[in-house]
Amino acid sequence: MDNIAIVGAAQTTYERRKKDKTCYDLVFEMTKQVLEDSGLTLKDIDNVITVSNDFLDGRTISSMAVGEAAGAHDKNVSTVEGDGTFGALYGAMRVLGGFNTTLVVAHSKGSEGDVKHITNAMFDPIFQRFLGLEAITASALQASVYMDRYGIREESFAQVSVKNHGNAKNNPYAHLPMDLTIEDVMGSRKIADPLKLLDCSPVSDGAAAIIIANESYTSKAKTKPVWIKGLAHCAEAYFLGDRDLADPRSLRDAAEKAYAMAEITDPMKAFDVVELYDAFSYMEPLWLEGLGFCSPGEGCKLLDDGITTMSGTLPVNPSGGVLSAHALLVAGLARIIEAVLQLRGEAENRQVPGAKTALAHGINGPCGQSHCVWVLSSEK
Amino acid sequence: MARRVAIVGTGQTDHRSHRPDVNGREMIYEAVKRALDDCELSIHDIDAVVIGNMDHFESINYVDTWSVEGSGAVMKPIMKVTTGGTTGTSVAIAAYYHVASGLFDRVLAIGWEKNSESDTTAAIITCSDPIWDRFSYSGAIPSLATEASAYMKQYGATQEDAARVAVRDRTHALNNPHAHLRRPITVEDVMASPMLAYPIKLLDVCPRTDGAAAVVFAADGVAQKIAPKPAWIRACAVRHTYTWFGDVDYNAGLVSLQGASREAYQQAGIRNPAEDIDVAELYLPYSYAGLKWIEELGFCGPGEGPGFIQDGHTDMGGKIPVNPSGGVISTNCIGATALLRVAEAAGQVMGKASQRQVPDVEVALATGFGGCFWSDMVILGTVRP
Amino acid sequence: MTVNLDQVEPLTLKGQIAVPYTWWVGEVGSKFLIALRDEAKIIGNRCTKCNTTYVPPRKNCGSCFTDIYEFVELGNEGIVSAHTVVRFKYPLQPVESPFAYALIRLDGADVGLVHIIKRDLDRLKNGVRVKAQFKDPSERTGHILDIDSFQII
Repeated sequence: MDNIAIVGAAQTTYERRKKDKTCYDLVFEMTKQVLEDSGLTLKDIDNVITVSNDFLDGRTISSMAVGEAAGAHDKNVSTVEGDGTFGALYGAMRVLGGFNTTLVVAHSKGSEGDVKHITNAMFDPIFQRFLGLEAITASALQASVYMDRYGIREESFAQVSVKNHGNAKNNPYAHLPMDLTIEDVMGSRKIADPLKLLDCSPVSDGAAAIIIANESYTSKAKTKPVWIKGLAHCAEAYFLGDRDLADPRSLRDAAEKAYAMAEITDPMKAFDVVELYDAFSYMEPLWLEGLGFCSPGEGCKLLDDGITTMSGTLPVNPSGGVLSAHALLVAGLARIIEAVLQLRGEAENRQVPGAKTALAHGINGPCGQSHCVWVLSSEK
Repeated sequence: MARRVAIVGTGQTDHRSHRPDVNGREMIYEAVKRALDDCELSIHDIDAVVIGNMDHFESINYVDTWSVEGSGAVMKPIMKVTTGGTTGTSVAIAAYYHVASGLFDRVLAIGWEKNSESDTTAAIITCSDPIWDRFSYSGAIPSLATEASAYMKQYGATQEDAARVAVRDRTHALNNPHAHLRRPITVEDVMASPMLAYPIKLLDVCPRTDGAAAVVFAADGVAQKIAPKPAWIRACAVRHTYTWFGDVDYNAGLVSLQGASREAYQQAGIRNPAEDIDVAELYLPYSYAGLKWIEELGFCGPGEGPGFIQDGHTDMGGKIPVNPSGGVISTNCIGATALLRVAEAAGQVMGKASQRQVPDVEVALATGFGGCFWSDMVILGTVRP
Repeated sequence: MTVNLDQVEPLTLKGQIAVPYTWWVGEVGSKFLIALRDEAKIIGNRCTKCNTTYVPPRKNCGSCFTDIYEFVELGNEGIVSAHTVVRFKYPLQPVESPFAYALIRLDGADVGLVHIIKRDLDRLKNGVRVKAQFKDPSERTGHILDIDSFQII
C-alpha cells in the first residue's frame, strides 16, 4: 500500500440537542475547521465523501442536504451510508486510487428523529421487525450470550462504563463525562437485561471531518501526518440466530487483515492506544477479544488487571468512547480522530504518553455484524 | 499509484413491475449469480462488495448488513454507497476505487430496488429539504417539468420532439430480454397519454420497476485472465452540484453533466464525442432529457437535439446509438438504474450485448442522473488505458 | 447588514416520513408463513452442501451461495440460547413490557429464531426449553406473530 496519511481532523462537541444548527450548518462548520486544522484550502481538496443516513435525517437522498456544505459543489463526491469508519475507508481508497486529498465528513442529529424506530428498521421486515427489536434489545441478547458463555458478571461490564465515563472528564468534546461507581451503574434503571441505563451509550448530536492525503500532499499540510498503516472491513451473517453472538468473527477477520497490512504480529505489543466502538459497555471487552488483544472470554480481565485504564499499558477509549458520546455515523470517525490526536500528541489531559501506534474501530448493523479496523501510526 | 481496472462480468434480473416470487434479498441473489456466471467466477473469488439503493423505497436501514446472504458478502467486506438516482454509478465508481486502490482484486458492485414495495413518490418527495423545498418543489416530476418547459421555450422544441426519444428507447427495449416495458409505442401514443405536469405525459417518463444489477470489477492482470475482452474503465467523473432545487438555473443547461463530461472526456482523451464514442447508455429519466442532455454531452450543438434525434443519429445503426438497452424509460429499478447503464456499456464493449450489440464498439459511455440535477459519468473502452 | 445570530430563537418544524410499505415475502418465506397460518407448523430448510438447517427458511445459503431446495418440518419446541427481559415501554413492542426476547434453537434447526416470551420471566434463563404458542386459527394471517409467543415448559 502507498503511504497515505490523515492530515486534518475536526469534530464538534457532542451533546443531547444542537438547537441552533442544522445538519448543513454542522457539516459546513466541520469542513471549515478541518481545512483550518490541516492548513489546506478547499482548492487543495480534489474529492469529498459525505456520510449520512436517510432514516436519521428524515429524508431521501440525505447526501443532497450536505454536499455544498462539504465543499463538494464542483468536485467528485460520493456518500457512504454507515459508520464514519467506513466512509473514511472509502475516502482512503480514493486517495490510494489516484486522488490527492479526500475530505470525509459525517453528521447526525439523533435528536431530530426517533432512534429506536430507526434502528428497528435494520431488522428484516418480514421475519424480525414486527417483534419490535431495535439496537438496545438486540444488543442485550448479545450480552446475554457473552455472559453465559464465559460466566461474566454484570459488574464487569459496569466497570467499563465507570472507566469510560471517567476518561470522558478529560475530553472537552464528550457528551457525558461522569464520575461513576460500579454501584451507580448497577443501580441505574433497568433497560433490557442485562443492560442498564449506564451500560448504554446516549444519543448525541454531532459532526466530524478528516482529510486523507497522499504522500506528496502531506508536506503541504501544516499538521503532523498520521499514517494509515492498515485498514480492513468484514461482515458476517445477518440473522441474529445464524450468528454466534459471543464470537465476533468478522472483527477477527478484519483485524487480522489490517494487522497483516501493518506488519503487526502481536497487537498487545504493537499498539499504544485503542479507540473502539463501545455502544454498550459489554462491547468493549468483546471487541478487544475480536481484535486479538486477549483470548476469547478474557476481555473483562484486561480491565480487571488495569491494562486498559489510562495508566495501563494499553489505554482503551481515552476519549470516553462511544459510551460518553454517540452521534450515530459520526462515532466511528470520532474514534479515528481521537487516535489522530493521540498520535499527534495533542490529546491534552488524556494524552497517552509517547503514543506511536493506535487502533480505531467502527461497526455497522445489529450487534457488530460488520466491523472496520484502522491501524494508524505517527511514523511512516 | 492507481491500478487499472476493468469490468469482467455483468448480471441483471428480468425486470418487472412486481416480483412477488422473491423478497429484496433474494432478488439481489439472482443478479449476483448471473454476474458470477457471466464471468465464470464463484462467490469465493470475490474480495469485496459494494451495494446501493434508496432507503425509503423499501424501508431497510443498513442494507449492506441486511443483504449479505443475497449479495454473497457473508464473511466479506461490504459497504453501502447511496446517492439517490446516481446510486448505481456511485456504486460502480466505488467498486472501481476498491480495485484501483490496490486493496482488492475482484469486487462486486450491486444496485437494486423493489419499487413495488412502497409509494415511490411519497418516498421521493422527501428528498427535498424539509424546511425549504418539500412543500413546494417536491418529487421528481415538478423539477423535470420545469427543465423541459425552459428548454422548449429556449429552443422551440416540441412535445413531439420529446416523444420521439421515448419511442426510440421503447423500440430499443424490444431487443433486450431483461427490459421491463417491452411493448412498442408511437409518437401518437405518447401524445395521447395522460398529462402529468406540463409538458410531461405518462409515456414521457420512466416506470417503477423491481430489479437488481450486479457488475464484477477486476484489477489489471486479473481481469485479462477472467474475460477475453474486459471493458476497461477509461474515466469516472462526478458532479453533484446542487443542494436546493431553487438554486438550479434551468436556462444554463444541465451544468453537472457539462462539468462531468468535460472532465471525463479529458481523462479518456475524447475530443469529438459523437465521433469518438461508439455507443452511449444515458440515464434519461424522461424523454425531454434525451433532447437536451445530448447537447450537454457535445453529441450536437445547443438546440440541435431535436434534429439530431429526428435524423436517426441515435438509433441503432445511427452515428452514435443511444440506449440500446431501452434505457430508463423502459426499466427503472432506481438503485440499479445507473448501474444498468454501466453494465450495458460494459456489455457493448465486451461484445456480449447479443441482439442489441452495436458493431465494433471501442468506446462506450454511461451516465447517471439523480439528486438535485446531479450527473455521473463512466467511460469504458476495449483499450487498456 | 450583519446580524448577530446568537440572539435568534431556534425554531423547529414537525414532520414525519409517511410512506406505506408492502414487502414481498418471496416464495420461500411465504411457504414458512403459510405453514404458520394454516398448519401451526414451523418449517425450515436445509443446505445440502453444508448441512445447515435454517429457520426461517432461505432461498439460498449465505455461506455456500447455492440454492436451497430441501424443506424440513421443525419441532414447535426448542431451547433458549439468548434472552433479554425488556423493561422499557415503546410503541414498537408487540406487547407491553416486561416481556422477553429470546433466540430459540428449535428442535431440528441449526440456527436460532428470534421471538418473544411473555410469561414466567422469573424462570427464564439460557438453556430453558420453550414451546411455540400459536394464535387462534381465526387470528392467524401469515405473519411472524402468528406464533403468539413461546412459553417456558
